[in-house]
Order: sequence, then structure tokens, then C-alpha cells
Amino acid sequence: MPSSTEYSPRTFRKRVSTYWWLHRWPYLRFILRELSSVFVAWFVVIALLQIKALKNGPTAYTEFQEWLRSPTLIAVNVAALLFVVFHATTWFNLTPKAMPLRVRGKRIPSLLIVAPSYFVWLAISAAVAWILLRG
Amino acid sequence: MTGKITLEVTRYHPERDKEPGLQTYEVPLRKEWVVLDALNYVKDKVDGSLSFRWSCRMGICGSCGMMVNGEPKLTCATFLGDYAPGPIRVEPMKNFPILRDLIVEVSDFLVKLGKAKPWLIREEERPLTEGEFLQTPAQLDTFKQFSMCINCLLCYAACPVYGLDPLFSGPAAIALAQRYNADSRDQGAQERLDILSHSDGIWACTFVGECTEVCPKDVDPAGAIQQYKLTAAKEWMKSFLMPWGRR
Amino acid sequence: MLFSAGGVVAAMLIPVHLFLFVVAFPLGWLDGPSYPSLLALLRYPFARLYLFVLCSLPLFHWAHRFRYTLYDGLQIKHLNELINTFCYGGAILGTVLAAYLLWSIP
Repeated sequence: MPSSTEYSPRTFRKRVSTYWWLHRWPYLRFILRELSSVFVAWFVVIALLQIKALKNGPTAYTEFQEWLRSPTLIAVNVAALLFVVFHATTWFNLTPKAMPLRVRGKRIPSLLIVAPSYFVWLAISAAVAWILLRG
Repeated sequence: MTGKITLEVTRYHPERDKEPGLQTYEVPLRKEWVVLDALNYVKDKVDGSLSFRWSCRMGICGSCGMMVNGEPKLTCATFLGDYAPGPIRVEPMKNFPILRDLIVEVSDFLVKLGKAKPWLIREEERPLTEGEFLQTPAQLDTFKQFSMCINCLLCYAACPVYGLDPLFSGPAAIALAQRYNADSRDQGAQERLDILSHSDGIWACTFVGECTEVCPKDVDPAGAIQQYKLTAAKEWMKSFLMPWGRR
Repeated sequence: MLFSAGGVVAAMLIPVHLFLFVVAFPLGWLDGPSYPSLLALLRYPFARLYLFVLCSLPLFHWAHRFRYTLYDGLQIKHLNELINTFCYGGAILGTVLAAYLLWSIP
């Protein structure tokens, strides 16, 4: 350890704990937000498996659907759904911070930028649901 | 409000101590007292060896930043009464090396601030005979919020990335760079971009957002950084798609 | 840039897809499209393009975000070569797989 000299005192640097993100709730919330991206990737894995099953014929597809019904998968996927919705809401709420829009010199309040995102989200979700549900 | 409240204060003497420790003091609990008043009481009447930085005691100089019960605060703006019955833990600002007691070494920030070039950069200086720069209120509005920074460094104490990555420029430095980039009088955006737009500059920021939460002047450094990222990304796209147009 | 695009696609499209295919249909809350009608939907080139985008962009979003979470959360930045290969490599692999699968459906 270096010792103090007249003009350069020995400063103390605290090591950052591996569990720094547990020390304050805002940090934990941040890590959970980032981990939602893992569930986003998980969705892609499921989607690719589904497409592969579709490609391999009706029996493969039925097996895939049975697999989706197993309790572990349902549990994982409900968690995934919650995290993916968490990703969507935090994403929409944060975008206005990056893009301050102005109309005639006055800054548009964040709510007016966030709200349209939610409307578009609802509209797109409804459209996709309609296409898939009418069979 | 009468009675006393206990303060647990970090003490560290570099030539005597191997690492910092806490020392307790009892101070009067006065309604109008802030943590800074309590610290000055200790230094005046109890223990003259206690060292800490302060100056204006009214939230404008940015000197008195410390961790109060684990949160970065200006001690001149933090009332003792809000923490009654206590005890109140007063520690030096996180993520900086501790020099002595509650004093931290901030030269890392000063270097990074210098790199952000926080002054108006002009391609050619405007002669005095041409008069002053004219700016509309709308133009002022694009950067005014970011100019409120008092360099108190609470945002650095709150930023987990700064604690983990010593090369990260940090919230205040980037917010001040954005303050000048957004200023209509400034022409130095490209110069600043070359210095800041690398993996440890603005891109190490993961938008945790705690810097904005703790800022005593509502500067919103997180917003400034995201705006800067957007500008940098647009510049990168432009240079990618239209390399000939670069200034 | 890929990160932002992936984030938007993930935010807008994944919730409804996940809800329908992985919760509502398996649990029987709603009746999903049958095998033949799904295949019929996939005949449209637009559907395949849509699915390709749905699969590849969010993977790049994950790659970038997970990489930084590993750096910051677990402080293992010194393993950054390994982390980068895993994250971006994984995203590229997924994209290639998606392209292959969607291309090869009859």
C-alpha cells in the first residue's frame, strides 16, 4: 500500500461490492429492468422452436404445443410475460427523455410523448390478435 | 424540537488509519438545523479535528456533498429534523477516493470535465465590433436546464457505472458537454464528440437514472446523456451514409 | 442503433405474441389458429419477413443489454472477449437460424 507523502496523501478507495445492486431499491429495479432483456431473448428462442416445429409437420407441432402446456414451461412463460410487459412499459416511459420535442418553442410534456406509444402498442397488439384469432 | 440527536461520522486520517471508521457525536436537535450546522457544531465545540468541505451553506457552491444515511445529499440542504430520532450516518461521497474524514479526491472529475470542453467553441472568434450574440428564449430553453449544474458531484456518488468503471466520463461532464452542444452560439460539437463518443465516454451509461434523482438543481443529467447519445448516433449514421459531408 | 430498434420491436410486438402463443393458447383461454391455417399464414412473404424481424432485432437488443448487465452487475469486464462472443455471437446465430428456418418452409 503506498504511503502518504507531503503533497500526496494516501487516499482510501473502497472496493465496490459484487452485490452493490442489492444495496438500494432503485439499483435493484434497474437490474431487473435490464434482465427483462433475457426474457425477450427467451421469446425468440420459443418462436424459433415453434417455427421449426411448424416446418417439421403436424405431429411435431402437436408435440411442441404439449411441451408448452407443461407446468414448468407455463411458470417460466408467465414470468416471461410479466418481464416483457415490464420491458415495454419502462421502455415507453424512458423514450421521451432522449428526445425532447418542441412545438413553437415550448417543450412538449413527457406525457404527450409517452401516451401515443401506449396507443400504438394497443393498436398493434389488437391487430396481431385479430389476425391470429380469426384463424 | 428539543433534545439531542446522534451523528455517526466517518473518520479517516491517512497517516494513522488503515481504513475509515465511524465516530459518534451527540448534537442538539434544533428545528432549523441542517446536517452542515451539526458538523460545524461538532468542529466548534466537540472535536476540532473533524474535516469537511463547505462554503456558501445555501445550495449553490456545490462543496458540501456527502452521503447522509447512504444517500448523496448537500448537507446544507438536509434537515436534522427529517431524520429524528436518528442516528444519522454521515459519510464521504461514494465512488471517490477518501482523502480525509469527509473529504474526497475529485481531480478525476476535473480532468473529465476538461475533456468535455465546457466553453463556447467558435470556428472564428466574433469581433467585438459585431456586438453580442443574439439568442431567442426558445434557443436558451434547449440548454438552460443543463447549465444549472453546480458541480456538486452528487450524481457521481449515485451513479453505479461510475463506481464500477473508472474510465466513465460521468453524468455532470456529459451533461455540461451537451449544454454547450445545444447552445446556438457554440460550434464545437464535433470536437467534443471525438473525445466523448467512445465506449467509456457516453456509451458506458446504461440509463440507470439515479443521477437525475439525486441532482439538487434539477439538471436531469440522465436526459442530457440520452440526448447526447441520440446526437452521436445520428452523427455516426451520417458519417456512415454520407462520408463526404463531414465538417 | 440495433439496440433501439430491437427495443422498440420487443416492446411493441413481443407482449401480445407471448401472451397469445405461450399463455392463452396452451392454457385454453382462447382458441388458437390451427396447424393448416398457421402454415397458410406463413405462405405470405410479408409474414416471413415480419417473423424474421421479430426474431432477429430483439436478439441484438438482448445482446447489447445483457453484455452491459454482466459488466456492471457481476463486474466481470475482464472477461469481455468471452462475453462479447457469447452475446453478439448468440444474436448472430439466432438471426441466421431464423433466416434459415423461415426460408426453408415449403
